[in-house]
Amino acid sequence: MKYILLIYHNEKTWNAISDSDRQQIYGEYRKLRDQLRDSGQYVDGSQLQPTTTATSVRVRDADELVIDGPFAETHEQLGGYFLIDARNLDDAIAIAKRIPSARMGTVEVRPLVE
Amino acid sequence: MPRVAETLERVFREEHGRIIATLIRLSHSFDIAEEALQEAFLSAAATWERDGMPRNPGAWLTTVAYRRLLDAIRHEKIKTDKRSQLEYEAERLQAQEEFAQSDDTLADPDDRLRLIFTCCHPALGREAQVALTLRTLGGLTTAEIARAFLLPEPTLAQRLVRAKSKIRLARIPYEVPPLESMAERLVAVQAVIYVIFKESYSATAGDSLVRNDLSTEAIRLGRVLCELLPEPENFGLLALMLLQDSHRETRMNEHGELATLEEQDRSRWDRTEIEEGIRLIETSLPLGRVGNYQIQAAIAAVHAEARTAGETDWPQIVALYKELIRINSSPIVSLNHAAAVAMSEGLEKGLGLIEEVGANRKLHDYYLFHAARADLLRRLNRSQEAIEAYTRALSLTTNCVEHRYLRRRISEVANKQKDYGAGSMRGASV
Repeated sequence: MKYILLIYHNEKTWNAISDSDRQQIYGEYRKLRDQLRDSGQYVDGSQLQPTTTATSVRVRDADELVIDGPFAETHEQLGGYFLIDARNLDDAIAIAKRIPSARMGTVEVRPLVE
Repeated sequence: MPRVAETLERVFREEHGRIIATLIRLSHSFDIAEEALQEAFLSAAATWERDGMPRNPGAWLTTVAYRRLLDAIRHEKIKTDKRSQLEYEAERLQAQEEFAQSDDTLADPDDRLRLIFTCCHPALGREAQVALTLRTLGGLTTAEIARAFLLPEPTLAQRLVRAKSKIRLARIPYEVPPLESMAERLVAVQAVIYVIFKESYSATAGDSLVRNDLSTEAIRLGRVLCELLPEPENFGLLALMLLQDSHRETRMNEHGELATLEEQDRSRWDRTEIEEGIRLIETSLPLGRVGNYQIQAAIAAVHAEARTAGETDWPQIVALYKELIRINSSPIVSLNHAAAVAMSEGLEKGLGLIEEVGANRKLHDYYLFHAARADLLRRLNRSQEAIEAYTRALSLTTNCVEHRYLRRRISEVANKQKDYGAGSMRGASV
């Protein structure tokens, strides 16, 4: 059984903490990842760029909507995810438009921290 | 020497978009490009003052900015890539050689298109698109844009920083869109330019000077777009802006009130802009790819061609609105159609159509709906209803030019009502 663990946090708080504190937390993350890798439980994971870099994609009949900003609909919940490799945002958006749920719900495109 | 300062400002405005578009392509960075160009302008100010103007100021600036850019990229690469200085120097020399061979390799005509499509990328919010377009392609300063949009400068600066960081982090490509998405992406570019233009229209009296700059800038951007992509709708957009701009001077009367088309002094309309607008629309319409902006421009042209309001060819305008509804059915277009029908086929019929448009309540909070309805009620002498509708319109706009206009109408109708009511008394009371 695979599980995706979605990590929610307050971006403002995160941006406000000191560099040394941040490094310490990154260290803890790396340690956890290594432990999970050792126990064979790690598949993939990454930090995301902040929500200011998010783009939301919706397809309704012939209308393809590309909107600046993260998905903010409280009546719909995260139902899955793709981790893709794309040349740039336009390519990522083109793939997002092909996801069937883009026709009913919304696909949020967020770049990962590299 | 005011000549240098003046020339510099003119060159700055004219060349900014062209030069920065190339610098962004070469550096992959809005920030590095902006800094390099800024330094080139500073250097121009000092050098030109001392040595006189170069023969081709644009080329001079490009060369200097390009050198600054190479230095900045070198610093950046050493910092981030930890590549050897030697390796970089080799690249730099090669790049300089290429540059020396031909100016053309440096200034790719597509660069400004890349820039405009990136600034107007749908993954950026409309406000960010507008700010970024004015800042880069238009060469306006952050302070100038903030003033024009009545925003605090830090707000505008923050907006630009966010937009640039999204372009960088989300990797919005610096490319001319492929053919299959060109039409859709062009709509966004046209919308941004038109938003800039319309913003100049919502001027309050005190800001009209600054905001006139916005309409000039939008028209300039419209020209650039036509030059880069001679599409019928781009001509339509430019024509529409020129025709609307032709009555900029008469839109407000001497009391600072909005003057309707009917009331404006047509002898003061800008004939040069009208002629250019009409010429553009006459060129684009026969091309057969009719769109929103072209039809709106054609409507504006019909108004412009009437020497007096009474000579307006209303049946023609009704026909054009029908065409507009066919390609872009929105309640606002239907409202304008209804108002035109009122003028050509009878006030009652027009009012009936307006009530139909209002029935779905989409325009319930739209000030122009109530103003248009009030106008027909006034013409039909249904004074009490007219006053109510004008009052409703008044509550829905914050623009003081519009406020003064609506208040004048209310008092006109109220006075007329009083006169009617007191008609028989008039002789006695004087």
